[in-house]
Amino acid sequence: MSNLLEIKDLKVHYPIRGGFFNTVKDHVKAVDGVSLNIPEGTTYGLVGESGSGKTTTGKAVIGLNHITEGEILFNGKTISGNGKSVKNSKEIQMIFQDPYSSLNVRKRVFDIVAEPIKNYHKRTKDELIAEVLGLLQKVGLPPGSLYKYPHEFSGGQRQRIGVARAIALNPKLIIADEPVSALDVSVQAQVLNFMQDIQEEMNLTMLFIAHDLGVVRHMCQHIGIMYQGRLVEEGTAEEIFNNPQHLYTKRLIAAIPDTDVDKIDENLNIRQSVKEQYNEHFHEYLDEDGRALPLVDITSTHKAALPAKG
Amino acid sequence: MGENLLSVKNLTTSFKIDGEYYPAVDDVSLDIKPNEVVALVGESGSGKSATAFSLMKLHRAARIEGEVLFEGKDLMKVKETKMNRIRGGELAMIFQDPMTALNPLMKIKHQIMETLKIHKTKDRDEREAYAIDLLGRVGIPRPERVGNAFPHELSGGMRQRVVIAIAIANRPKLLIADEPTTALDVTIQAQILDLIRELQDDLNSGVLLITHDLGVVAEMADRVAVMYAGQIVEIAPVKELFKDPKHPYTCSLLNSLPNEELQGSKLHVIEGVVPPLNKMERDSCRFAPRIPWIDESEHEHNPELREISPGHFVRCTCYKNFYLKSDTGSNIAVEAQQMAEADEVTE
Repeated sequence: MSNLLEIKDLKVHYPIRGGFFNTVKDHVKAVDGVSLNIPEGTTYGLVGESGSGKTTTGKAVIGLNHITEGEILFNGKTISGNGKSVKNSKEIQMIFQDPYSSLNVRKRVFDIVAEPIKNYHKRTKDELIAEVLGLLQKVGLPPGSLYKYPHEFSGGQRQRIGVARAIALNPKLIIADEPVSALDVSVQAQVLNFMQDIQEEMNLTMLFIAHDLGVVRHMCQHIGIMYQGRLVEEGTAEEIFNNPQHLYTKRLIAAIPDTDVDKIDENLNIRQSVKEQYNEHFHEYLDEDGRALPLVDITSTHKAALPAKG
Repeated sequence: MGENLLSVKNLTTSFKIDGEYYPAVDDVSLDIKPNEVVALVGESGSGKSATAFSLMKLHRAARIEGEVLFEGKDLMKVKETKMNRIRGGELAMIFQDPMTALNPLMKIKHQIMETLKIHKTKDRDEREAYAIDLLGRVGIPRPERVGNAFPHELSGGMRQRVVIAIAIANRPKLLIADEPTTALDVTIQAQILDLIRELQDDLNSGVLLITHDLGVVAEMADRVAVMYAGQIVEIAPVKELFKDPKHPYTCSLLNSLPNEELQGSKLHVIEGVVPPLNKMERDSCRFAPRIPWIDESEHEHNPELREISPGHFVRCTCYKNFYLKSDTGSNIAVEAQQMAEADEVTE
């Protein structure tokens, strides 16, 4: 299986300006040396706290952020030059976090979904309507929604409109930025199921950005854990959940509330001991600037940023 | 078993839609004892926040009926001036959205000092010292500095701590926490939950925890009330609810969570949506339209909340022969298990 997306040592830095002449004083290193590969047809989960740089990474791939350094390869071809952002491509599309603010309230569903098609193809009105209807059917919205406005839909339905827009151009790669974190559990289940269906049907590759580890475990084959702009651990879903190596990963996993009521006390104890370990030893996992150490191979698929032994 | 701290009796909160009142909270009865955490669970629109706001008498346009006995006195009969003294004092609330709950134009310490002014002392220096002390207690590093900051300078987690600091400023006997951790990362969520637990032990207060995160419920609650379409459909001690859920709605909710066994396969989906207030069938089982594969004869007319084992109440009779429907092949195992459980119940 070849890699559809390869990110090599990606860096996105923002200048901090200040002083009398508004000169550059320092840089915020939002993403600082991230490398990852996503094989075609699979889902890669990027996990981390807010501010860890996961969304910035996703946005850099689709060209919404500039790239300070590093290379992004799509289908084997470089799509990034240094210091520039990736050009728009119909093969890479994004699903946004908040279905309430990512759809233009003044546009009808038809206009929202047809917009990307109009940007790339010449279509007559009738062709457009037929195409949009086909997309709506694919995402499970009734044909009657064509001329409705976003406020007439529930959260789950809006997220479907967002997905219809994202798949309108038959993309190969979808960047899904927290697609279900604004939704209720029951609706979340609906959207996740249907994203899996679409993925299978269209053979999509996905970069799935989320902070909910339960959801990531459900959706993704590979997982990368980010901390302060760098990956601290990367591996298959089983490796990350059953054999976490980095202290930060352990802490994230221990913090998930479990619905197994018999294990509550046990979980709280584990969480407490991991937290103590974290407070005591976490500095060993960082370099002088408070950033993660370079990744070390553990198995052929599993890497973690561990301190050198001894 | 001590006295009830809070005893809600037949609370009904109705909102006016097109000139007519429709109840969003429908005949809810609930007790909370000191040092007890009761969780209120349900989808958006199920009436859980409306219940909390009614308890605090924060709904102005609504018609509220029923009794809310807080330490024996009926809050519904208390005058507004008196209510202002209770609110934020003995009865406090942590609001859902820390981004909007704080005043963007006031320094953090002044926002905390404001509630202290009404409830504690008029002395400015004393209040300031106490406010800073509170910030330290909710785990904010360098409280003096944060006290002088404005809300926009803080992260979401920090803001939520400030909201909690305001809520606990006057050592409340009852804390109503409306989705206290929904907007937060898991590690911060764990810290906030620890904090609430600590405070509760410390102050011996009761907590009404409103959330849709079932993991949080399992970890925090002593008892759980599940709400659907304005009614409580099931109440049980936490262990019993998670191990032996009875009402179809509770079963469906628990099954829609991603878990280890279901990895990569389909999740259970609850069909349809919560019906809007003005289009609800009020005298039949309100969950019936969302489980259409269950025969109509299984439901009762005007379903009641019945005690089926000590402390475990379920509404309607439809739970007896309930099983989850699977629309794809992948859920067959779950369904089979559910059916086996359903069999056990009928025996």
